[in-house]
Amino acid sequence: MSMPVSITRTLFAAAASCLLASCAGTPDNVPVAGVDPAEARRAAIAASFEPKGQAGLDRLEQNDMQRICSEYEGQSVPNELAQQIIDAATAAVVFPADGNYFGDWRKGEWVAKTGTGLQQNDDPTQPSGGNCYACHQMAAEEIAYGTLAPPLDQYGKIRGTSEPILKYTWTRLWNSHAYNACSHMPRFGEAGILTEQQLKDVMAYLFDPASPVNLSAQTKP
Amino acid sequence: MNRNPIQRLLVALILTVPVATVQAREDDIFAEYRAMFGEDNPAELVEMQGEELWNAARGPKQVALDGCDLGLGAGVTKGAYAQLPRWFEDAGKVMDLETRLLFCMERLQGLDVAALRKQPYSEQGQQQTDLESLSAFIAAQSRGLPIAVPQSHPAERAAFASGAKFFNFRGGPHDFSCATCHSQDGKRIRLQSLLQLNSVEGAKASFATWPAYRIAQGAVRTIEWRMADCARQQRLPGLVHGSQVAIDLITYLGVQANGAVLTAPGLKR
Repeated sequence: MSMPVSITRTLFAAAASCLLASCAGTPDNVPVAGVDPAEARRAAIAASFEPKGQAGLDRLEQNDMQRICSEYEGQSVPNELAQQIIDAATAAVVFPADGNYFGDWRKGEWVAKTGTGLQQNDDPTQPSGGNCYACHQMAAEEIAYGTLAPPLDQYGKIRGTSEPILKYTWTRLWNSHAYNACSHMPRFGEAGILTEQQLKDVMAYLFDPASPVNLSAQTKP
Repeated sequence: MNRNPIQRLLVALILTVPVATVQAREDDIFAEYRAMFGEDNPAELVEMQGEELWNAARGPKQVALDGCDLGLGAGVTKGAYAQLPRWFEDAGKVMDLETRLLFCMERLQGLDVAALRKQPYSEQGQQQTDLESLSAFIAAQSRGLPIAVPQSHPAERAAFASGAKFFNFRGGPHDFSCATCHSQDGKRIRLQSLLQLNSVEGAKASFATWPAYRIAQGAVRTIEWRMADCARQQRLPGLVHGSQVAIDLITYLGVQANGAVLTAPGLKR
């Protein structure tokens, strides 16, 4: 898929040493003849960050999807590249090993409401949240929801629990890019943000008839 | 977490009003809170500390910073912040206010700024750093003036272009870029309104208000802090103070904001 890490590192290093040595004396951000602008940009980005907490510089090494979607942010992605992202994402989805999609909706609620995890200042021994509410409306009772993404209230009630809808939803959670090449939604499964069990818990939060997501505000006790 | 009474009041009010009115009510609360202060902005205390630092003979060379050229000539503070970041011939690079202040402290006063460069922002509940105080003071000397970040030098134009490019850079485990949250108008995260920072209107609304006294933190925060804290939330590694990416992004925002009147340092939630 993406460039091997070792090659990427070499490019980083090569461009960085150029900026430090042979290109010294020129302003940081003026194009220099003979230097690939993309490499210079990568080097400038690497030099602008430092490892902090659990966040290392490897987080700046873009995979193909990140690189393409950065390039085409706010524009339509050429069909061929979009299909390449969608195919790679689809092929790599890992469905639950035991064939069971559902965990505990109460734990799923914790995942949906928790925004910490994987930040520089977060404790890496603690589980990450999914922060669904940052972008989605979900349970009617929760008014502090974001509006960057479509509302998901009544998710299971509206859609039912047929095999295709369960597979679709699991795939959306695992890697949303399987459906939308440059989706802004994190790859919760594929990037290892949430565990398989946490994903099952979120599935239960979305589909369980007893989950607040599927209760309307009026029918709440 | 320790919350002061006003924060508790805010949280209580936000939790008890229906969603449709939350946004308006939240804005009202902050408007009221600001009104309570009248002319007394808590940032002004920090500005005064900054003014003292600016005028004090400090460092091995025992000189004040009044020989520091912030872009409009040595010692000229009025309007300087409104025209930063800009190209500095003596440094051979584009600098923002904070980078320039460190440059002057090092070059003119002979101060060792390594520690300040490493810890440019105060921890919550601690005293403001010298850099934060100086930034608040200098920014206040541009209050009421129109933003005019220059684009005449090629390096200034390159910084803008590079900032625009980095705005869309997706990375980290969450694939977040600045654009993930800040490329649409009228959206919010949870209840927090988001500005569209790749638009003139959004950039004006943001850039004109930094540095700001952050009520939730009880401290003046600078625009470099804002960039670094966004990087933290993006799950990126630490954004280095005064780094090229930081300055490029600040230039990108500043140039888009040109023409807006600086209101900083003001109050933020």
